[in-house]
Amino acid sequence: MEPKTLFDKIWDSHVVRSIEYGPDVLFIDQHYIHEVTSPQAFNGLKERGIQVFRPERTLATADHNIPTINQHLPISDELSRKQVEKLAENCRTHGIELFGLNHPKNGIVHVIGPELGYTRPGMTIVCGDSHTSTHGAFGAIAFGIGTSEVEMVLATQCILQPKPKKMRIKVNGTLQKGVTAKDVIMYIISQLSTGGATGYFVEYSGTAITSMSMEARMTVCNMSIEMGARGGLIAPDEVTYRYLKALPEIAETFDWAPLILNWRELNSDPGAVFDRELEFNADHIKPMITFGTNPGMGIAIDDAIPTLDDIDGERSTSFMKSLDYMGFVPGMKLLGHPVGYVFLGSCTNGRIQDLRAFAQLVRGRKKAPGVTALIVPGSKLVEQQAIKEGLVEILEKAGFELRQPGCSSCLAMNEDKIPAGQYAVSTSNRNFEGRQGPGARTLLASPLTAAAAAVTGVITDPRELID
Amino acid sequence: MSKDKFTILESTCVPLPLENVDTDQIIPARFLSATSREGFGDNLFRDWRYDHNGNPNRDFNLNNPRYTGKVLVAGKNFGSGSSREHAVWAIYDYGFRAVVSSFFADIFRNNCLNNGLLPIVVPDKFLKDLLSLIERKPGTEVRIDLENQLFTILPTARSVSFDINSYKKECLMKGLDDIDYLLSLRNEIVSFEALKK
Ligand code: SF4
Repeated sequence: MEPKTLFDKIWDSHVVRSIEYGPDVLFIDQHYIHEVTSPQAFNGLKERGIQVFRPERTLATADHNIPTINQHLPISDELSRKQVEKLAENCRTHGIELFGLNHPKNGIVHVIGPELGYTRPGMTIVCGDSHTSTHGAFGAIAFGIGTSEVEMVLATQCILQPKPKKMRIKVNGTLQKGVTAKDVIMYIISQLSTGGATGYFVEYSGTAITSMSMEARMTVCNMSIEMGARGGLIAPDEVTYRYLKALPEIAETFDWAPLILNWRELNSDPGAVFDRELEFNADHIKPMITFGTNPGMGIAIDDAIPTLDDIDGERSTSFMKSLDYMGFVPGMKLLGHPVGYVFLGSCTNGRIQDLRAFAQLVRGRKKAPGVTALIVPGSKLVEQQAIKEGLVEILEKAGFELRQPGCSSCLAMNEDKIPAGQYAVSTSNRNFEGRQGPGARTLLASPLTAAAAAVTGVITDPRELID
Repeated sequence: MSKDKFTILESTCVPLPLENVDTDQIIPARFLSATSREGFGDNLFRDWRYDHNGNPNRDFNLNNPRYTGKVLVAGKNFGSGSSREHAVWAIYDYGFRAVVSSFFADIFRNNCLNNGLLPIVVPDKFLKDLLSLIERKPGTEVRIDLENQLFTILPTARSVSFDINSYKKECLMKGLDDIDYLLSLRNEIVSFEALKK
């Protein structure tokens, strides 16, 4: 048999039919929905007079526009409240499980899917949200879709999709102290640019990847979309199986031995052909930070912003527009630059490991005066765990408070907006103009770098603060 | 449900000569709270089109009366970032029927095709020339011939052919809808599911 990539194995086993010179009809195992990108899809079903085809394969949560304080009160923004209510109504009508606001399992869709055991190896997973790539960390094909496609899945549990090309990115070596999975993926994106992987599905491999925890792998796969890739995935291994078997939600549900035996087939065969292969060395990766208005504009934290000499002529207009927005100039260094806001959270870095990293760095230190920190767990379960482990206590002693879960300042649909002109070191995934609020200036970084800024009030190399 | 048919479009263009325009710029997140598909055009490129006080930004091409038409011509890597289909609804609702660039983000491109907005990929050099021509001569008309997959700058008669997958082309030309097609496959899907178990 011809050697196959991991991606091909999963994709091919989910093709219901291939349309000649057209897309494949792909069967979807697990569908996630949230309040913002689903209402128009449900309207579509209504106009067609049909019900959801396989309600048990869809899971819903409210996360994008919900407040992160006083969640027990009605949502004050009327449109957001209506959207959340509409989701509940649609779920009731169609018999879809909803972990809505105030539900003990509520949280960001890409945090709860994995932590509740809905995301598993070998699956096809879609959601009307581009960071669905997160779930690829379990060895699944997971990608974001538009609302018309959400309607397709609700109506038929399938979507029409052309098969993407395949890329493999190997990262070998060992991460240095103070360097996290976030830095690895930001480094890769800075090398490829925001459109560099468009058209591809990326498989990550290599020792630096396989030695990562599941949380760290999710951070890597999460940001695949920021270099244009449809998604990213990592072959499941012992780390994956151990993580899944330990999830209280599903520990007793499955007969693990035969499942794992099947999952062991889920890897790229030796000799499998990729359309593109890249290799990076983890030894050289430093803590990263962005200076511009797309995630590809990242540098090592102690580097200087590129000068116009480094930028080819055609791109200089966009480059300068971006720096103007950020209030930076070419060639300047970021270390020591004052920061008014810090955001820890999102589906990139809102998991327990991220809170632990942040707490570990701020432990015994104090929040810098003048810094506003938004610390937002990715889910209720993460929030509970942070309380149980005493992280909340550490944070409070240092002058920080934990908010309630949600997407929050990652896209600032709720009140958690960064004011115009202010700098925010954020652990989220996008630094687009206005992403964290009109005029907000986002510097993407790891939880450690965010913590270092939170206690110093300036952009600081986290390696200086950890022993 | 059938959709508008797309065959031939002749129109002037609106240029947007910026690279990496992401969907957060096309429609900022704070306007995503609606539960219908209509009305997003008002907030298309909101933060570029209007200043903080809500006054139109003179420098922005959508506010420039010299630029009108149903074709948006944008810089490389258009539509990256969020999967929000609202971005396409906004562009369509505003009145555009085609977007031209040298490179589109994947999800955005799919979303366009699913909503009758034609994404046209042209070579870098062609795009550059087209943008500068429109800026010099704002009334420049172009012709998009979907059947023959041909994009022509009318005054100069310079043409390029563009790619589109033949299934999608047929859907656009006949106004066919993917979901109708998928629904017709339900029996096949049920058997597939049974086999998978
Ligand atoms: S946290 Fe941000 S990126 Fe993740 S799902 Fe929410 S809005 Fe999207």
